[in-house]
Amino acid sequence: MAFASFAEFLAMGGHAPYVWSAWGVTALLLLLIVWHARVEHRQLINGVKRRVRRERARSTSAAPQNAAQFNSVEGGMRDDA
Amino acid sequence: MATSVGPLLEHNGGLMIAVRATLVRDLTLLLRRRGEVLNPLVFFALVITLFPIAISPDPELLATIAPGLLWVAALLAALLSLDSLFRSDYDDGSLEQLLLAPQPLAALSLAKVAVHWLLTGLPLALMAPLLGIMLALPAGSYAVLAVSLALGTASLSLIGAIGAALTVGLARGGVLLSLLVLPLYIPVLIFGAGAVQAAILGDGVSAHLAILGALLAAALMLAPWAIAASLRISING
Amino acid sequence: MWAFIHKLGSPKWFYGISAKLQPWFWAAAALLLVTGTLWGLAFAPADYQQGNSFRIIYVHVPAAFLAQSIFISMAISGLVFMVWKIKVADMAAAVMAPLGAGMTFVALFSGAVWGVPTWGTWWMWDARLTSMLILLFLYLGVIALRGAFTSRDSASRAASVLAMVGVINIPIIKYSVDWWYTLHQPATFTLTSRPTMPTEMWLPLAIMVLGFYSFFIALTLMRTRSEILRRESNKRWVQELVVGQVEEKR
Repeated sequence: MAFASFAEFLAMGGHAPYVWSAWGVTALLLLLIVWHARVEHRQLINGVKRRVRRERARSTSAAPQNAAQFNSVEGGMRDDA
Repeated sequence: MATSVGPLLEHNGGLMIAVRATLVRDLTLLLRRRGEVLNPLVFFALVITLFPIAISPDPELLATIAPGLLWVAALLAALLSLDSLFRSDYDDGSLEQLLLAPQPLAALSLAKVAVHWLLTGLPLALMAPLLGIMLALPAGSYAVLAVSLALGTASLSLIGAIGAALTVGLARGGVLLSLLVLPLYIPVLIFGAGAVQAAILGDGVSAHLAILGALLAAALMLAPWAIAASLRISING
Repeated sequence: MWAFIHKLGSPKWFYGISAKLQPWFWAAAALLLVTGTLWGLAFAPADYQQGNSFRIIYVHVPAAFLAQSIFISMAISGLVFMVWKIKVADMAAAVMAPLGAGMTFVALFSGAVWGVPTWGTWWMWDARLTSMLILLFLYLGVIALRGAFTSRDSASRAASVLAMVGVINIPIIKYSVDWWYTLHQPATFTLTSRPTMPTEMWLPLAIMVLGFYSFFIALTLMRTRSEILRRESNKRWVQELVVGQVEEKR
């Protein structure tokens, strides 16, 4: 332990504002990133669910359609002769 | 690549002809639109005029910052002209013709960049000593200034052409282009301005110029492929 | 080898395997970051010259390392995407860019804050800070270019080309900035270059670096999965997986 007491730990030998702001901003950013990633993933899952429900509702009301379309983005066009 | 000798020879001959045709075409087109060629030069002179007004007319102060000012202003002038490098060819469809040509696109785009340098980089380099006089640039560094700018702007044209090719298909590519290209310009700026500074201090400049030459050689080897790939993305995408 | 690459390239396979790998990397990241934080903040000895402000090293250096590594990984992903047309590689590259920019920002911010007790100023044109600033611009360029295209395929390919051009330039930029800095500021000492660092100082640093890397891997896995959902939401396997899912928690 590099500090004698908790108060000394908080004071960081007079460098408290610098040490704590650098660590604080880093921690805050990492936490925000994780939070954003979780919310994003949940929203996307819900989006797919909604899409499936919508397409099922449509296919039962109208003629049955193929819900899944396969779009291929394969193969950049080559134009050298 | 080719299986028989005949098509290979024909292909090579075709390449030289196509490169020469691209060079001649671009030169004629640009020489007809003289305003576009003159704009970067006028911009260069204008920016250099702003600094003494904004900072101070004191020759001693100006002399210390002149190498950096001249280099930054020339770099921005070169950047200004980049957007038009492929723009008009993209608009009138001749860029698509270039892509359809059987000759390698990298070689043809290198020819276009060469014309661009000949009509922006080289004039900027030749004009810089004149503006150097106005900034009280110490004697003995004028030749180094011109040579470093001539070498450096060639690299700038090559690197900048990658950005120009990537953004040519975009409606508002101009600002984006400077964001993409300026960070990549920094090594050239460091050694270009460093060469002039070294000449003022009386140090050897050959190391700086050699590094500028090395940067140019690397750009010459790698940039044409990146330009060609970027043009394909902009046209086919 | 080839079969493996193409298997890895299939979004469906990647979605499954990353779900299994992800918790391990999150756990490793949490464990390493907590250990490194406690050790670095409370137990590592104070620096004899800089005192306790030296503890900023434990966020500054890992963030700077990660910022550079992420750009390299992004360029490699771009290359894989361009050569083998593996879409997952591009999705990974797309989610890496914002994290890389964030890490560059952390490195810049902590460097600036560290500068106050060390140099007495918020900003110094120190070699490391300058090349970090340029790196931030490179990241912003890649992100902006990807956002500027309307066609997703063009955006992916353009961003890949720019990332590769950038990664070739990064060592050149770093070398020239170092050279420029030593020329102009020969006497000032840089923030982090010290001849020897005692074990109890660098061990927490190594733990923090590993923690940052685990965090990067875990987050990239997670956000690549989100990106798969975003881009492939019209594919049948995604719809079956999501609707029929019970085990999906994250």
